[in-house]
Amino acid sequence: MKLYELTIHEVRELLAKKEISSEDLTKAVLERIDQVEEKIRAFLTIDREGALEKSRKIDEEADFSGALAGIPGAVKDNICTKNLKTTCASKILGNFIPPYDATVSKKLKADNAVILGKTNMDEFAMGSSTENSGFFITRNPWDLERVPGGSSGGSAAAVAAGECIFALGSDTGGSIRQPASYCGVVGLKPTYGRVSRYGLVAYASSLDQIGPITKDVTDCALVLNAISGWDECDSTSVNMPVPDYTESLVADVKGMKIGLPKEYLGEGIDREVREAVLAAARTFESLGAACEEISLPHTEYALWAYYIIAPAEASSNLARYDGIRYGVRAAGYGDLIDLYKKTRSEGFGPEVKRRIMLGTYALSSGYYDAYYLKAQKVRTLVKSDFDRAFEKYDVIISPTAPTAAFRIGEKTGDPLKMYMSDVCTIPVNMAGLPAISIPCGFSQGMPVGLQIIGKAFDEATIIRAAYTFEQATDYHRKKPVL
Amino acid sequence: MKITIETVEHVANLARLYLSEDEKAEMAQKLNSILDYMEKLNELDTSNVPPTAHIIPVKNVFREDVVRESLPREEALRNAPEKERGFFKVPRIIED
Repeated sequence: MKLYELTIHEVRELLAKKEISSEDLTKAVLERIDQVEEKIRAFLTIDREGALEKSRKIDEEADFSGALAGIPGAVKDNICTKNLKTTCASKILGNFIPPYDATVSKKLKADNAVILGKTNMDEFAMGSSTENSGFFITRNPWDLERVPGGSSGGSAAAVAAGECIFALGSDTGGSIRQPASYCGVVGLKPTYGRVSRYGLVAYASSLDQIGPITKDVTDCALVLNAISGWDECDSTSVNMPVPDYTESLVADVKGMKIGLPKEYLGEGIDREVREAVLAAARTFESLGAACEEISLPHTEYALWAYYIIAPAEASSNLARYDGIRYGVRAAGYGDLIDLYKKTRSEGFGPEVKRRIMLGTYALSSGYYDAYYLKAQKVRTLVKSDFDRAFEKYDVIISPTAPTAAFRIGEKTGDPLKMYMSDVCTIPVNMAGLPAISIPCGFSQGMPVGLQIIGKAFDEATIIRAAYTFEQATDYHRKKPVL
Repeated sequence: MKITIETVEHVANLARLYLSEDEKAEMAQKLNSILDYMEKLNELDTSNVPPTAHIIPVKNVFREDVVRESLPREEALRNAPEKERGFFKVPRIIED
């Protein structure tokens, strides 16, 4: 085993026993980046000097009390890192150096984690393939002709390729889980409010959450421990106790009631994906859980309500990019309005403009009730579906995405097709629930993800279910050959 | 056709975007095909359904109004595209 292939819990042992230093580990990962980054292109910024300096400092102080101490991780480029460029993969923020840390960045640093750099993504997290990056595309380590998923495609690809030990992503409609599924790694979207959004560049504020992308479920619990909790800087973060998620790493699902929604296994779901998920259900049953088919009748409406609500919130959130206080200002402007328009037209890519337009239209005078209010009412129905199901079931399982990773360029011409790749993950954000994606099989050589959805603030149970499945299978041990 | 070129121009102005003629045509076409799908939502009777804006019932969140450190001026201005004497610089908006 090479050092860069190890998990957090494996390197923690080596660090504790002083068999390796943080500098050894950081160097090993940077060397891996040197080997494969040219092919994958997962990173927008690599902070070699900063990472090495930090690792040496940690070795010198020999303080490995933090769960992530001395361990190199990557951060999605929409999460602010003080004095380290944060672009959201957008030209309009191409030169932005945050003067402050996001709360999660602060928490990683407090834990003595080593931040290697910032990962590529769809511009402003709008997309499902990382092809909407304003700078370059990222490739799937399992097949360089395929997308890594998105929008946290850089984070998922970097973890899968061994270019970091763990990563952070953000998830508005599936942006952690879908790329984790496509790249054969573990990704968790916490309950809305579990992790502070302070310093996360806002896309759709009522849906966005930051979460871990890791090599296995144990690592997921460790990173979730490090980033969770109330924050006075985010008024939507929730002030309730955070359990120690490593206590949920128990291989036991006896008596657990699992719902299998038929709407997630019907038309549009690839046959091999469906089979992998049904096989996972049988695995859970063989371990003592009870699986039953259920119905979440408003599932198909969730997607369309999302594509009103998310662009509406985005159109408002992205109004701040005006070329005045930060970011890139267009040259050769006339008056103030011309400055705004030139800056925004040159700075935003096509999908971002499309969503701003869609959202502005949906909120504009005369259309608000027909679109935005209607979508919010449908959101209530989507949430009620889950509320009813969770009266009877402990977790709900489904595919994370309808297919395995698609080919680069396959869906770029048709936004509707692209939107469909989030059909299994979007309802979860609409209801604010936690969900994890773990590897559960392969379709034509590409990884397939199993989504496990839990009750609000019950990350513990989905982690237990995921851990139990992982212990009974070895999909998470399969690595792409690069 | 819900969205005409004129609608696109109106919305682009609200969103402070310039679009070329080609972009306007493409935007109209793509937004129409997306909005066609949105029609699906009208299959649902939502007359008695309350809207959900936020999944957690958040009330106003207050804290004590205490003086504390804020971002120093130089730091706040560091990313400004243009600045002058400690201010963000913008084109003149008040006529003489």
